[in-house]
Formats: sequence, structure tokens, C-alpha cells
Amino acid sequence: MEFSEHIKTANVEDVVLRQPLHPPGRGTLCITGHHLLFSDREEGSCRQVLLLLRNIDAIEKSVENLLTYSSLFSNAGLSQRLSGSSGTITIKCKDLRVFQLDIPGMEECLNIARSIETLSCLDIVSEMYPFFYRPSNASLRDQCGLSSPERHYSQMKELHDRWRLSTVNRDFSVCPSYPQAVIVPKSTDDDMLEKVAKFRQGGRFPVLCYYHKKNGMVIMRSSQPLMGANRKRCREDEQLLLAVIDGSDKGYIIDTRSSQQALQAQMTGGGFESKSCYSSWKRLQRQMERGKALQESLIKLVEACGDESNNMDRWLSKLENSKWLSHVQTALSTAGLVAECVERDGHSVLVHGSEGTDSTLLISTLAQLIMDPGCRTLEGFLTLLEREWIQAGHPFQKRCAHSAYSHARLQQESPVFLLLLDCVWQLWQQFPLALGFSETLLLRLSTEAYVSDYGTFLCNNQQERCALGVKENTHCLFQALLRPGERDCYSNPLYEHTELAIWPSVHPQSLHLWRGFFLRWTPQTHHLEEAQEEIRNMVIEWGKLALS
Amino acid sequence: MEHIRLPKVDNVRLLDRVSPRKSRVGTLYLTATHTIFVENEAGVRNETWVLHSLVCSLEKQAATASGCSLLIHCKNFQVLNFVIPRERECHDVHLSLQRLSQPERPEELYCFSYKPNVDSEERRQEWDFLDLRADYRRMGLPNSLWKLSSVNQHYKVSDTYPADLFVPESATPPIIVGSSKFRSRGRFPTLSYYSKENHAAICRSSQPLSGFSARCLEDEQMLEAILRSNPRSDFMYVVDTRPKLNAIANRAAGKGYENEDNYSNIKFQFIGIENIHVMRNSQQKMMEVCELRSPSMSDFLEGLESSGWLKHIKAVLDAGIFIAKAVAEEGVSVLVHCSDGWDRTAQVCSVACVLLDPHYRTLRGLMILIEKDWISFGHKFSHRCNHLQGDPKEVSPVIDQFLECVWQLMEQFPCAFEFNARFLITIHSHIYSCQYGNFIGNNQRERIELGLREKTHSLWSYLWKNQADYINPLYRPDHSQTQGLLRPSTAPYCFKFWRALYNRFDRGMHPRQSVEDYLSAIREETQQLEEQLASHKQKIAQLEQEQEWSIPEKAVPFDKSPTGWTLCNDLANTPQDYTGGFFTSSPCQPKAPITLQTEESNKTSELNLSNGSDQESGIADVSCRSPLSEDSTRDPDSDEAAYSAS
Repeated sequence: MEFSEHIKTANVEDVVLRQPLHPPGRGTLCITGHHLLFSDREEGSCRQVLLLLRNIDAIEKSVENLLTYSSLFSNAGLSQRLSGSSGTITIKCKDLRVFQLDIPGMEECLNIARSIETLSCLDIVSEMYPFFYRPSNASLRDQCGLSSPERHYSQMKELHDRWRLSTVNRDFSVCPSYPQAVIVPKSTDDDMLEKVAKFRQGGRFPVLCYYHKKNGMVIMRSSQPLMGANRKRCREDEQLLLAVIDGSDKGYIIDTRSSQQALQAQMTGGGFESKSCYSSWKRLQRQMERGKALQESLIKLVEACGDESNNMDRWLSKLENSKWLSHVQTALSTAGLVAECVERDGHSVLVHGSEGTDSTLLISTLAQLIMDPGCRTLEGFLTLLEREWIQAGHPFQKRCAHSAYSHARLQQESPVFLLLLDCVWQLWQQFPLALGFSETLLLRLSTEAYVSDYGTFLCNNQQERCALGVKENTHCLFQALLRPGERDCYSNPLYEHTELAIWPSVHPQSLHLWRGFFLRWTPQTHHLEEAQEEIRNMVIEWGKLALS
Repeated sequence: MEHIRLPKVDNVRLLDRVSPRKSRVGTLYLTATHTIFVENEAGVRNETWVLHSLVCSLEKQAATASGCSLLIHCKNFQVLNFVIPRERECHDVHLSLQRLSQPERPEELYCFSYKPNVDSEERRQEWDFLDLRADYRRMGLPNSLWKLSSVNQHYKVSDTYPADLFVPESATPPIIVGSSKFRSRGRFPTLSYYSKENHAAICRSSQPLSGFSARCLEDEQMLEAILRSNPRSDFMYVVDTRPKLNAIANRAAGKGYENEDNYSNIKFQFIGIENIHVMRNSQQKMMEVCELRSPSMSDFLEGLESSGWLKHIKAVLDAGIFIAKAVAEEGVSVLVHCSDGWDRTAQVCSVACVLLDPHYRTLRGLMILIEKDWISFGHKFSHRCNHLQGDPKEVSPVIDQFLECVWQLMEQFPCAFEFNARFLITIHSHIYSCQYGNFIGNNQRERIELGLREKTHSLWSYLWKNQADYINPLYRPDHSQTQGLLRPSTAPYCFKFWRALYNRFDRGMHPRQSVEDYLSAIREETQQLEEQLASHKQKIAQLEQEQEWSIPEKAVPFDKSPTGWTLCNDLANTPQDYTGGFFTSSPCQPKAPITLQTEESNKTSELNLSNGSDQESGIADVSCRSPLSEDSTRDPDSDEAAYSAS
């Protein structure tokens, strides 16, 4: 394997590993093409740490003072090694863990550091670990994924009157970031769709993403229309949207940009649906932070959480300054607005921003969680993520290339998916009985989106996944999470189905820092985990008795 | 009754704090004890009750076309905004309430007119429910090191101390009296907590009258005696909970702090908790933030920061941790004082006790702790809570901070406390409500003079009788979190804003489902099921024995669907009224039968603090306005002209 050329030193003995929540350990460090393996050689313990190199977001190396190294372990057998030099590598992971490795031998240390630096950043998808991961309890012949657009459509019988499944994108030529099949109004034929696609950025023409059974209203999503400075129109686009609200007096367009941003977009070829051409649609604007600003917000918050100054004022001002909670607030209130339009006001909604692959998906997903009880079970939620994020073409590879610690120059990284998980956690806080999954699931997903044994979050869209054979050559995370053993720890023991919408409160007093994620590696979280375990045990005990 | 100028006003509007467009129209009644607002809507009888003693401030605003607005702030953080049609009426209501909410004489306090149906024998039992001496016995006192001193019988040595005090075995009355003369208000060093395991003790006092150079032999002997009562330790800590600067300033007034050179083997330490005035202003600032109509996230966080409130909470907790660690880990005794030794000292000693001793984390334990470190040692409840018309500069939320420290600890250790947050909030309400005699007066002597035991009722037995409402379902006496010393983190991110207290009446902000209620219901049911199971097993065994006939297991008549459970489910799924406006709350009622709401609306019980019969749990959410509202956002199309012109 060509990885070997990046590995000069594969094994080092007598390495000291320091990691959160554990006492330091001494043992052997191994580097392989995909992993960093540490095995503890202390007497009486055989702890192992296996870390995917891809999880490493940043690495810092320094030549340590020998005294600190030797004072930690004053056991015998060490003195002879002290004659050499040593170094320390600090590893900061995408799941926010920070490791420190004290490596005897300057050269070994530098070699290891170099290997980590190179191997953690390799971005050839087909060489990533999911293509090599072969768990014994699963076969690649198992069905990949939980659902498909075809299945989704065929299950939704009530759609069939007015909506059809179009395969105009079967070879990804109409819209490279859409799946092969999408749901559109019955009255629009494929020729029309091709024309509409040309009028929407990236070909993302309006498609159905949610059908509200109670009143037949829908949520559509798309990218911005390419009206440009000379106010181009597209009859087919107008017709398509008209067909969406067929029989109703109006619909709402939720634009996730400010008016200013929308106008600016128009200058550069993008734009918005003008009142004159789309007279039955009312446009509402909710500015959502995106892209780089969101990434910077995450970086600031993570930095604030690592601040050890123990100063209350400083913490609160850093928390405020990161703006992360403001983004959570905006996302939840915009999703609430969409749900309100559909459920309360009884009108259909089209959501878009500019590209329609980030905040658009965030909003449509949250709105569905608020309204649709089917999305709130463990399967339902994972299916929703598969449909609204994987199939709908959220560019995971670009957005999750780096996380909060990376020193690399920001390119297209943006923690939109993380923001979604945070918002879902806020919902879970406010409705602890209404969601069928646990915080553990959200935490697991927060890591898997960045680094994974599974192929689910690889690539940017279905087209890329097809080209690389992701489906055929990797395992599916969502299926793994639903296996009997795993399922238990990802489901919410308190879950109880409710048909009703769960309207979140978006008052600042109601939104909290997601400690489970941002302070995951601090000892305080441990007591809260114990409490969760206590809850699970209570429910299990009660369940046993009630069934006996 | 002579203070009520106007007993009834019709057509009064009660504005919703979050969305003022939503208001309720009804009739306002003034009674001797309560302000009652009854909504006139056919079919529903929505009542809001506010106890006069809970009214903190009244603000009458200028009259407008729609009427004259009266803003009422309550000590339990409820805010009510009434609009009264005529200015004259508003004026009368304002004046009446002003007088009613500020009694001039103790006899006017609500506790003297509050008469639940209890005979005098029961009343005596109520007051005997908690016995401080029993708590000292639990600590292992008196013993060979500490004795009960009768020196303060009839409050002769210190009129703000209790009659019963524990002092070191070697402290003779002359030493005590001498020491008391060298301490503010005669509050000499005396025992607050004693650790059986290692003999370390927490003692408390007021500041010494040391000025720049004064000494007192008896006071030095007193500290020496305290040190000697801890045979395994060769020094003790003296903790001054004030910022150093404040302590130095006190020296000029002939007060001050201990000089390490004059006292043998003491380690002196400043801790830096701010005084009552800073705390009062801080809470006021925080409440302003809580009452903002629709703050952005930044407004809220900036406001919270600039109030400094969490910083002060952290300071109190930090001090408590210092003392608890000294006692539990080092086995060293600590003497704690501030200026008078009844505010910061009470906070810090009681926080340390909660950290140290699992007993104080139980229902009964917290009550006894408040009884001991706050009530008996003379925290000036009447002044601090402004029960009677008095000096506003004496008011300060010192006890609020203690309750909040306990809450912050509960958030960090969810399984370590027998009680829940509702327990703390109920205690908080009644500290201010004056419904019970416990928190009336400034010290024991005053309480005896007022005859509170004979004329009023005790909160503690009320709480004990209703303990089912206050139990934390996650508490297990044998859980690892429950054991021994609590070691909380005081990293700033561990401190949270206590929404359930400070925004208690803004229902829309609270989680719509309660895990706690669910678990309590489960717990209760599990117990019932276990009992049933046991009794069935017994019956089977009996039958088998008697008839030598074995029942097939299936035949056990066991109710598989948990009773009450399914019933509650139906209730939970009742569709709610959404016409109240966009974005009202979720319909999801906690399925467990006990909810705060039912507790509050249960008017037959004596909890008449402020009746939350407001059944509409939802609130319109400002940041998620109706899509139809004018202020949603402008359509850029409307700027079209401007745009094409440019």
C-alpha cells in the first residue's frame, strides 16, 4: 500500500499518552495507513486507544524539557532512555478531544508527527478508511441505506394524486447534486423540469421534501433563481410553483438570506422570486449565517470552552461573542416559522437560500421534526437525515474537511450539520419525551460526519458516491446504528409517540450551550451521563415489572 | 380592611408580558390578603392570585386612551401588568396595594391571619417537627470536645444569636463573654458544623473589633480552644469572606480582621464575596434582563454578564468549596466570618455543609440546615426580605444566592440530592410570602417575642406532608454521586442561568415535557408493581400450600397496562386550543399526574401565593412572528424603484 511511504517510524515504545478523563498511560504507539494505535503497557491494565488519523484536526509538536518527562514516571528502567531527547505531540481531534503524546527520541517524534500530518489530510476518497473497513458482523451485500426516493414516494400514497416521481435526473445531468429521482408536481413534465433546472443555481429546481398529511400542504426546497441583474424570468419555473399551490390562495417563500444579500446575489446572476412574476407567493426573509462565518463561530466557541482562566465575565462574553447560540436561535425560529406557515396558516412553503445545500436543508429538516411525528423516531430521524442531507446533496466532504482546531486555511468548511444536531438537541431538551433517539446518537453523528468507519457521509452528493461505488464498497452507518445491540443505546427510553407538533421556545433563556458536545471531554459530563444511565435503568425496571 | 380604597374594578386588562397584544379582560378584586384577577370569559374561570406580601414594587404609568397601566413586580419574580380603565381607579388600587404590601407592624403580616384548619396540638407538633438539638446529636455532639453552653440563655451575651450554642469544652464563660465583647454585635466564635469522622469543625462569628492594633486575650483563647478541639490538627483557618479592601476599610471603624501574629497557629484567608448592596444591585440588573420583552441572544448574554450575578454565585460556591475541602480533606477546622456574620457567613457555612454532608442533601436535611445556619443564627429575614416597611438598603437576596448555589450543585450532580428544584423554589416563595412564621423576624429573640410558635404555622411540616411533590426521582441513597464530599467544578461554564426561578412565570420558556414528573410516576408505579408482585407471589404460595394445586403462571391476574398511565396518555393527546395566536406552546403535557401547574392551581391547598390558573401554557413567540404580521421582513421588491434608480 502506498501509505507506507508516509510512514518512516511505525512503532515507538515507551510513549506516554495523556488524554481527557483518564490518567496518563505508558505504552506502545503504532501508526498505520489509517490509524494511530496506542496500547497501554502498564501493569494490570491493557487499555488501547485506536484513533482514525482522519479524526486529527490539528497537530502541534514541541521538544519537551526532559525533566518534566522523567518526573512523571520515576520508575526504574527509565534512566537509560533519558540520555536521548524527546518530543511532545499534541493531537487535537475533530471530535474535540485533545491528546498529548510524549515520545522518546527526537527523530521518532518528528517522523510520527510528519506521518500524522500527511495521512490525516489525504483527501482521495477511495483511499479512505470506509473502503477498507470490514466488520465481521455485516456483509457488503446488505442493503445500503434506509430508504430511497422511490420507496419514499411509493409509501406516500396520499401524494400520488397531485405529485409524481421524476427520474429526469437519472444520469445526474440535470442537477449533479440531486438524487436520481425527485418528487415534483404531476402537472410538470420532465422537459419543463430541465428548463427550470437551468434557471436555478446548480440545477436545483424546486422539489418536494415534505407533505403535511393533515392539510395536504407541502414544503419544497430549491436553490435561488438565476434572475440576474436584468431580471430574467422563467415561465416554467413560475408554472411549477403555481402547480405547487394549486387550489390554494398563496404560498410562502422562506429566503434564508437578508434582503441585502438577496439583492447582492441578483447583481451576480442569482436573485429571488419577484412579486410581479410570482404573485401568489409571499416572500419572507430570515437571515441565516452560513459558510465561513459559521465555521468561525464554531472555532470561537470551542476556544472559549477551552479557556482555563476561570473568569465568569470572560466566559460569558466569549460565549456571546462566538454567536453560536444566536445561530441556534435563528435556525430554530426560522424552522418554527416554516412549520407555522404549513401547520397553522395552512399554506405551502418553498425554502431556499443561494445554493440550497446548507441552511435550506437545515430549515427543512428542523421544520419536519417539529411537525412530523414520523421523523421523531430513531428510524424516522435517520431516514430524514438520509433524505434531507445525504440524498439531497449536502456537501459533507467540503463542509466537514476540518473542524474547530484546524490551522489550515478555511476553504469550504462549515459546521451546518453540527448546527442541525445542536438544534435537534435543543428540541430534545424542551421535549424530552417526544424524540425517539438519545443525545448519544447526536454525539455519535457529530463525530461520524467528520470521520467515520462507514461510507455514509463520504463525498458531496449521490453522483460522486455512485462514481466511487460507495454503496457497493462501504458499510452503511445508519443500518449499523439500528442493529439490535446498538439501537438500545441510541434510543430514548422515555420516548412516547405524540401526533402533535412540538413548537420549540426560542427565548434566549430556553436555549443552552450543548454541554454534551462542547464540554464532552470534561469530567463534569460524567455525572450527567450517570444520570442518563439511572433514567434508563429506572425505565427498564419499570418495563420489566409492567410486563411480568 | 381599612386600607382597601376600592375592592373591585371591572374591565381590567391583564397584559401578556411577552406579547402585549394578547391580553385578558376581567375583574380585579382587592382582598385583605390577595389581589385577585378573574378573567371574564364564558366557560372558563381563570384566576390569578397575588399575595400582597409578595408584592415588591408598584409602578403606575401615565394614563393613555386605553387606560392607566399598573405594573406589579413580585418578590417571587412574577410580573403583572394591569391596565385599569380609569385613572382614578388605578390611583386607588395603587395606593391600596402600596399600603397592603408594606405592613407597618408585624401583627399585620399574613402569617398571623393565615388560619389553616389545625388545632393547637397539631400546631405544636408542626413546630416540633424540626429539632436543632437532634441535628447536633446526629453530628455526635455534645462530646468530650464540644459542649452545649448556656451562656446565651435569655440572649444576654448576643441578642442576635440563638440561646443554645456549642462551644469548645475548654471555653469557659469568661472566655466566651470576653470574646463576645471583642466581636461585632457580640457574635463570638461558635460551632456551626462538626465532622464526626475527623473532628474538624466549621465555626462562625462576626468580625473582631481589632481596629488597627487592638487585641483581646479571651478572643485569642477562644480561637485557641477551637483549635484544641480538633486534636489531630495543629492549625486552623480563619476565613474572612469579604474582599480584602472592605475588611481593611472596616479597620478604620474599629473593626477589621484577625492579625495572624496575635493568634497562634491560624492561617488567615480572604475570600472576596461582595456585600449585600452589590448583590442587591446585581440581582436587580439580572431581573431587568429577564424581563426584556424579546431580547436577542446577545442582549441576554451581555446583560447576564454585566449583572455579574453568576460571578457572585461562583464566589459563594468557591468559598464553600474551600471550607468543605479544609474540613474533609485536610481535617482542619475553620472559623468563618464576614462583618456581622449573618449574611456571607451564613451562605458560606451552609454551602460547605451541603458539600460535606449527604444528610444536608436530603429533604429533611436541607430544612434543618436552613433552620440552623440561617434562622437560628440570626440571618435578618425581616430586613433582607423587606417583610415590613423598612430601609430599602437593608434588602438583599442573600438567601436566594444560597438556594441558587444548591441548585447549581443539583445541576452538576443530578443523582445526589433527595429533593428537586421545585422544593427550592417553594422554599424561596415562602421565605418571601410571610405565610408561615419561619422566616419572620430577624433573630430568635424577636421570634419568641412575636409568639410565632403560638400564633403562626411552620412551613417545614407543610413541606414534609407534601414531600411527594419534592422528591427527586433520580436520587438513590446508595448512588456513588450521593456519597461523601461533593467535588463540583467551578469552571465558569458550569454555572447556568436559573430559568425555573427567575423566569418562573414565563411558562413558554420552560421545557414542555418534564422528565422528572415522568420518572416520579414511573417510580411510584414500580413500587406499586413490586408490592403487587410480592403479594401475588405470597398468594400463590399460600394457595399452593393450601390446595396443593399449582396455578399456571399465566393465570396471575396482573394488570399489564399500567393504571393511570393510559389515562394520562389520553390527556396528553387532547388537542389544544391553537387559536390563541401563532406559535403557542406544544400540546405535550407531561404525562405524569403531578405537574407544577396542578400544584399551583390547586387552590384548596394553602398555596395561594400566586395562582397559576392560567391554563394556556403557550405564548406567542416573538422571534417567530406570524408570517402575516407587518414586521416580518420587507420584500426587496418594494425597494424596486430605489434599486432601478441607482
